[in-house]
Amino acid sequence: MIKLEKLSKIFETPNGGTVMAADKVSLEVPEGEICVLLGPSGCGKTTTLKMINGLIPKTSGKIHVAGRDTDTIDPVELRRSIGYVIQQIGLFPNMTIEDNICIVPDLLGWERSKARKRAAELLDLVNLDPSIFLKRFPKELSGGQQQRVGVIRALAADPPVLLMDEPFGAIDPINRAVIQDEFLKMQKELRKTIAFVSHDIDEAIKMADKIAIFKDGKLEQFSSPDDLLARPASDFIASFLGSDRTLKRLSLLKVSDVMLSGRVRVSAEEDVGKARDMMKEAGHKNIVMVGPRGRARGYLHLNDVVEATGTVEEHYQALPTTVNVDADLRTAVSQMFRHDTTWMACVDDDGFFKGFITQRAISHQLGATYRDTLAEDLT
Amino acid sequence: METLVFISQNLDLIFERTVQHMSIVFVAIGLAIVTGVPIGILITLNQKAADIVLYIAAIIITIPSIALFGLMIPVLSLIGQGVGYLPAVIAVLLYSQLPIIRNTYTAITNVDPALREAARGLGMTPIQRLRRVEIPLAIPVVMAGVRIAVVMNIGITAIATYIGAGGLGAFISRGISQSDPRQLITGALMVSLLAIASDYFLLWLQKRLTPASSSATAGGH
Ligand SMILES: Nc1ncnc2c1ncn2[C@@H]1O[C@H](COP(=O)(O)OP(=O)(O)OP(=O)(O)O)[C@@H](O)[C@H]1O
Ligand SMILES: [Mg+2]
Repeated sequence: MIKLEKLSKIFETPNGGTVMAADKVSLEVPEGEICVLLGPSGCGKTTTLKMINGLIPKTSGKIHVAGRDTDTIDPVELRRSIGYVIQQIGLFPNMTIEDNICIVPDLLGWERSKARKRAAELLDLVNLDPSIFLKRFPKELSGGQQQRVGVIRALAADPPVLLMDEPFGAIDPINRAVIQDEFLKMQKELRKTIAFVSHDIDEAIKMADKIAIFKDGKLEQFSSPDDLLARPASDFIASFLGSDRTLKRLSLLKVSDVMLSGRVRVSAEEDVGKARDMMKEAGHKNIVMVGPRGRARGYLHLNDVVEATGTVEEHYQALPTTVNVDADLRTAVSQMFRHDTTWMACVDDDGFFKGFITQRAISHQLGATYRDTLAEDLT
Repeated sequence: METLVFISQNLDLIFERTVQHMSIVFVAIGLAIVTGVPIGILITLNQKAADIVLYIAAIIITIPSIALFGLMIPVLSLIGQGVGYLPAVIAVLLYSQLPIIRNTYTAITNVDPALREAARGLGMTPIQRLRRVEIPLAIPVVMAGVRIAVVMNIGITAIATYIGAGGLGAFISRGISQSDPRQLITGALMVSLLAIASDYFLLWLQKRLTPASSSATAGGH
C-alpha cells in the first residue's frame, strides 16, 4: 500500500523564485492495485513519484509505504525495498544482464546462486531466453528487450511496491502495447502495489485501477478510469481526456457487460414457423441457429422468412462475424463497423453461442452513466 | 649505417638507459595515478574545488620542463636531492596531473545522469555507486589520460638528463655536445620507439579493462 498525505514539494529556482511542484497531494493506492499518475508536462508527476522513494526530499506531508512512515526508514534501505523503473531504462553498460538484474539482491546480501537463479526465472517471465540473454551486455539487446530487463530488475528482490516513471515511454507504439499486455499479465499474478507515471491517456486507461490527474502540482481528480472518462470533474480534465473520451470508455467495457441473453435460439432441424414465432415473441428481427451442442452456426432474418416453410436449415444464412464474450467493446464496435452490421452473435473460446450484442445496447450502456449524472443534477 | 654499428656495439648501454628512462616515467605515472585519480573523483563533489584544481594543473603543464627542473634544484637541494632521479620523477608526476585529473573528473561527471539516478533509485550508497558504476564507466577515459601522460612524459624525461637523471636523453645530450650524430639518432629513435610501444601497450591494457560490449561508448580523447 502507498499512502500520501498532504504531500508538498517546493523547489527553489536559481533566480530566487519558487515552484510548487506538488501541492498537498493526498491519495492512497490499495495493495495490489496500479495507480497511474497522469497529467500534462510539468504538472508534478515525476516529483510526486520520486518523493515516495526519497530521490527527491519532500517539503512537507507524510508518506506511508507498506504501512511504514518513510521518515522512519533509512533512504537507502527504503529504496532497496521499493522497485524502481525509469523511462531511460538505465541498465548499467558495464554489467551483464544477469548482474544488472541481480543488483538489488546483491545489495541486500542474498546468496549469489539464489540471486542468479532468480535472474533466470525473471527473464523467462518476460519471454527472454536466459541461456541467450544472461551473459549479454545491455548494448546487445533491442530497446524493447532492454525495457523488459529494466522492469524485471525492479522486481528482482520481490518488493511489494513498485514505482515506474514512464516505463514504456522509450519504445515504439507496437512494442509498447505488447509490453503493456505482458506486464498486465504478470501483474495479475504478482499483485504489486504500483505507482505509475504516464502522460499517455490510452496507456493510463489500459493499465490503471485508479488514475490520479495532476495539474500544476495539484491532484485534480482521483478515480477509476471509467469513472474519470464518464465524469471528468472539471473542464480542464475533460479537455485533457479529449473530446473522444466516451469512445475511449469502449476499451474498458467487455462484450459480456452489454450482451443480451442467448436463450432465444433455434436449431437446424426445427420448423421455420417456430423460429418466426420466437422472434415475434421476443421482439427480435433475427435469431441465431445453433448446432447440436450449442455452437453458433448461422441465423435467420425475420423479413426473409415471413412466408417461408420447412426447417430452419433450408433457410439460414451464415453469420457474417462473431465476437468473443471476453473481447472489449472497442474491438466489438470496430468489428461491427467493418461488417456493416448492427448486431453480432457472441461466442466463448470454444465457439459456443452465449448471446448477442447490438449497437443500441452499447450506446445505452455508455449513456447510462450520463443519464445517472443528469438525474443527480436535476434532483 | 654507422648508427646501426653504434647501436649493435652499445646494446648494453642502450638497455640500461632505457630501463632508467622507463623507471622514471612509470614510477612517476604510477604515483600520478595514485594521487590524480582520487583527486579527480573528489573534485566531482565540489564545482569550485574542481575549477581551482584543474586551473592549477593546467598552469603546471605550461611551465617549460627546463624551467621546472631549474626551479626544483634549490628546493630539493635542501634535502640533498637537487639533481638526479628524484626531481625527474617529481617533474613527471606534476606534468601527469592534468591529463589524469581532468580525464577522471570529466569521465565521472559525464556518467549518464539516468544511470546515476537508476543506481540511486535501486538503493546504492554513494560509495557503491562510485565503485560499481561510476569508476568502471570512467576507466577507459582515465586510461586515455594515462596514455597521454605517458607519451608526453617519455619525451620530457629525455630532458631530465640535464639534471643528471640519466635515461635515453643522455644519448641526445652527448650527441649534441660531442657532435656525434650516431648517439643523437640512437637517442631520438629509442625515445620515439618507447613512446609508440608504451602507447600500444596501454591501449591494449585499456581494452582489457573495459568489458567487451561497453567499449563502444567509452571512447578516449
Ligand atoms: N530540481 C528542480 N528544480 C527546480 N524546479 C524543478 C526541479 N525539478 C522539477 N522542477 C519543476 O517542478 C515542476 C514539476 O516537474 P516534474 O518533473 O514533476 O513534472 P512531470 O509531471 O514529471 O513532467 P513531465 O511529463 O514533463 O515529465 C516543473 O515545473 C519543473 O520545472
Ligand atoms: Mg516526468
